[in-house]
Amino acid sequence: MIARRLIYLAPVLVFAVVAGYFLWGLGPDRNPRELPSVMIDKPAPEFTADPLAGMSVPGLSTADLRTGQVSLVNVFASWCIPCRAEHPLLMNLAQRGEVAIFGLNYKNKPAEALAWLEELGNPYGRIGTDESGRIGIDWGVSGVPETFVVDGAGRIRYRHWGPIDRDAMESIILPLIEELRG
Amino acid sequence: MIPEIGHFALILALAVALVQGSLPILGAARGKQAWMATAAPTAVLQLVLVLTAFLALMHAYATSDFTVANVVLNSNSAMPMLYKISATWGNHEGSMLMWVLILAAFGAAVALFGANLPAPLRARVLSVQAWIAIGFLAFSLFTSNPFERVFPPPLDGNDLNPLLQDPGLAFHPPMLYMGYVGFSIAFSFAIAALIEGRVDAAWARWVRPWTLAAWCFLTAGIALGSWWAYYELGWGGWWFWDPVENVSFMPWLMGTALLHSAIVVEKRDALKSWTVLLAILTFSLSLIGTFIVRSGLLTSVHAFATDPERGLFILALLFVTIGGSLILYAVRAPALKPGGLFAPVSREGGLIINNLLLTVACATVFLGTMYPLIAETFGYKATVGAPFYTATFVPIMTPLIVLMPLGPFLSWKRADLAGVVGRLKFALLASVAAAALTLYLQRGPVIPVLAMGLAAWLFAGAVIEWTGRVKLFRTSPAESLRRALGLPRSAHGMTLAHAGMAVAIAGMVASSTWKVEEILIMRPGDTTTVAGYDYRLEKVERLQGPNYLSDTATITVTRDGKPVATQRPEKRSYFVQNMPTTEAAIHTTFLADLYTAIGDPDGKGGQTVRIFYEPLVPWIWIGCLMMMLGGAVSLSDRRLRVGAPKRKSGAVPAAARA
Amino acid sequence: MTRKRRRMIFVLTGMVLLSAAVGLVLVAFEESVTFFYSPSELAAETPPLGRAFRLGGLVEEKSVKKLEDGLTVEFRITDLAESVAVRYRGILPDLFREGQGVITEGKLGADGVFAAQEVLAKHDETYMPREVADALKEAGQWRGGEAKE
Repeated sequence: MIARRLIYLAPVLVFAVVAGYFLWGLGPDRNPRELPSVMIDKPAPEFTADPLAGMSVPGLSTADLRTGQVSLVNVFASWCIPCRAEHPLLMNLAQRGEVAIFGLNYKNKPAEALAWLEELGNPYGRIGTDESGRIGIDWGVSGVPETFVVDGAGRIRYRHWGPIDRDAMESIILPLIEELRG
Repeated sequence: MIPEIGHFALILALAVALVQGSLPILGAARGKQAWMATAAPTAVLQLVLVLTAFLALMHAYATSDFTVANVVLNSNSAMPMLYKISATWGNHEGSMLMWVLILAAFGAAVALFGANLPAPLRARVLSVQAWIAIGFLAFSLFTSNPFERVFPPPLDGNDLNPLLQDPGLAFHPPMLYMGYVGFSIAFSFAIAALIEGRVDAAWARWVRPWTLAAWCFLTAGIALGSWWAYYELGWGGWWFWDPVENVSFMPWLMGTALLHSAIVVEKRDALKSWTVLLAILTFSLSLIGTFIVRSGLLTSVHAFATDPERGLFILALLFVTIGGSLILYAVRAPALKPGGLFAPVSREGGLIINNLLLTVACATVFLGTMYPLIAETFGYKATVGAPFYTATFVPIMTPLIVLMPLGPFLSWKRADLAGVVGRLKFALLASVAAAALTLYLQRGPVIPVLAMGLAAWLFAGAVIEWTGRVKLFRTSPAESLRRALGLPRSAHGMTLAHAGMAVAIAGMVASSTWKVEEILIMRPGDTTTVAGYDYRLEKVERLQGPNYLSDTATITVTRDGKPVATQRPEKRSYFVQNMPTTEAAIHTTFLADLYTAIGDPDGKGGQTVRIFYEPLVPWIWIGCLMMMLGGAVSLSDRRLRVGAPKRKSGAVPAAARA
Repeated sequence: MTRKRRRMIFVLTGMVLLSAAVGLVLVAFEESVTFFYSPSELAAETPPLGRAFRLGGLVEEKSVKKLEDGLTVEFRITDLAESVAVRYRGILPDLFREGQGVITEGKLGADGVFAAQEVLAKHDETYMPREVADALKEAGQWRGGEAKE
């Protein structure tokens, strides 16, 4: 009778094994969209990005991140809807002028990016263009928008996936910038 | 305003589902009629609400309302209306909404057509159905809300992925979902039966039409998907054993098993706990099918709209639904009373073999699909492709097909195997003839020869069974016709489905064995010969479509100087997503497809041209169509008509050998 | 025939079938597994000779060129640390582009060029095959170590 019971238990046991696999498979270690944790506290990758044609701000390269000042590198594109959502926050931050905000224009046609910035305003002190997405790969960008906090020595200290909301700005990003500057 | 109405309707639907999920089932437990009676109206109300939400989203798409984020991301004002509409479900959020809509529709159908179900059973079934709905409505509302607004709205949308802008793919997801979700009814009945602790013939007769309907839709969905891959991707293949395909194929295999085992429960009151398990597994695999690729757990080149962020929610839903139902099964199934006795060689025995083989075949597909995950636990990265399935799936399916024609001849309880084989001697003859013909035509490897013989065996077996029943040529034609009309529709359906399987197999074998492929550079005026047909590239011109530019080639095909077809394969470039797609040109003779596709120009006035000669490929879809029709004909059988069965009126009907 | 005996027969049939299937699956795994290599892994170890495997990474910028016949394409696949030359004859998938993540399947030739039978790129613009992403991560780690020196 017990053997009979066990047969009925078999399906759920098999499922438990499968489910375990699924759970492990979704674990944070396996998520290809996460930036490799080794990038945190590592120097930002070497790159030089051309300026955005038609915009009066200079381009962006690794050297610009090592000026001793804390900077925010924001990956954006005009085709990206969430970028619109976080844009006012960046504009606001730019007006306060506490931190250098740099933009990396990712997989975007320059003309479209230009029109987009003209419409919504430009919070960036420097803009690097990455039309092919190659620089984005070096940074481990997996989606747009993404934002990195880089310290004065050019090391990546924090990476924010997706649009920044007020909460993330006030509870994570601004305190971190304060701390790094302090 | 309309998107807000949709959003609100969806929230209300969740509230209604909560009522539907609790009151009736509690009422059934406590014997309170009034509580149980809430099941049907709430189910219908839920359908109305979800439909409202769905129509609201569809309206946003149809009118290109770019204040809705979902529309911005997946639509564009330049798209033709058909694709604006189909874009509604061509994305994650919208397809979730459609999933829930179909779920609600099936629930409402049970409520409306199941008037003669015993009240407690109906109450429990609808409550279980509501619990599934709660899970997915919550998923939709909390993680994938399709009604989110954007402000300020952009001028135009991002366009639908151009590969999805295709009639085949516009209707592939609805079909597939109707199949997946249709199995939820069998699942709900199974759970209700476990709670009641009773499975009987009437139960099986209620479950079978729903399963059959779901199976037909799933067959159609898979066939459409495969057809789409065949003509849209320009690779000339129709099945790639890709995870996305496999996850839709697994519920099909289990659903097929369920369809057959439910017959045993209905006719012989046996295999009850097995059938309940199959119902649970079939729907579980459907859930896995809907969600696993979406969750980003497995990567696939065919997957659209994946999002690992939602993976955990999905996984939690899967755990609760599948794990919970299997635990319930482990606790309650041993209490189900075992049914009638039968000898190993009998109709029951045959159907058990059918079930075992289908289940094992499904397990191999499952292992192959999960292999990348398994390999990773052992620290390496690897996948398995078509060779794996050829080496496992095919050998397991072969005995199934060998035995398939025998099954319908076997009598219940105890059968005479020798007698059955004797009645199939013409099928054997047909099989040998087909094999010999194949051998004569190709003089090649032996496996396709055997496979074509097998297809002929199955086809002839199915036909002989049918002619035997109507006594074709053994009595007057009028008498045969009278018998054919008197035959239960399910008998016609079975013959059609089995014969369709044979036709599809022949198509699969032929196209994978004797396909001819040629890739070359052609300049206008060049000719080439592939498999006896002469292809001449006339010109390549640039044309403008509604939201794309197209390089269209004109190729004339002749055979022995006589014109056969003019083909116009295209290479399109969609403006918004700046993405090229291939539009193959296909001319079918029903014995073969002449398939041409173009690639890039070589920069020196030439054009890359890919030409396939695909023998018997149309048979695959003709076969699938026959299977589907078979299911539909069976479904129209009076005995199976939804709501027809009554629990009291004789558990085992006299319908002798149907 | 008793119920017990009947059940025994079916359980035995089931067992036999299942073990046959397990046997088939194991043999098939052994024979048809396609391993995945990144360019760095390929540089570090030699893959089994004459056996098909998958090679994935990014299509290196400015590396794609068509040979004289107009059909054969050569390009390099890179994980930004190492790169491997690939040759493919046929029509490339619609979304094959420089800088894009792709997976190719084929064999390594004696000349060190990977002869691809199949080139897979996804139908979706933002696609990054998991294998490719992981390979890039690993390469990133490796390069991270170098950066410290």
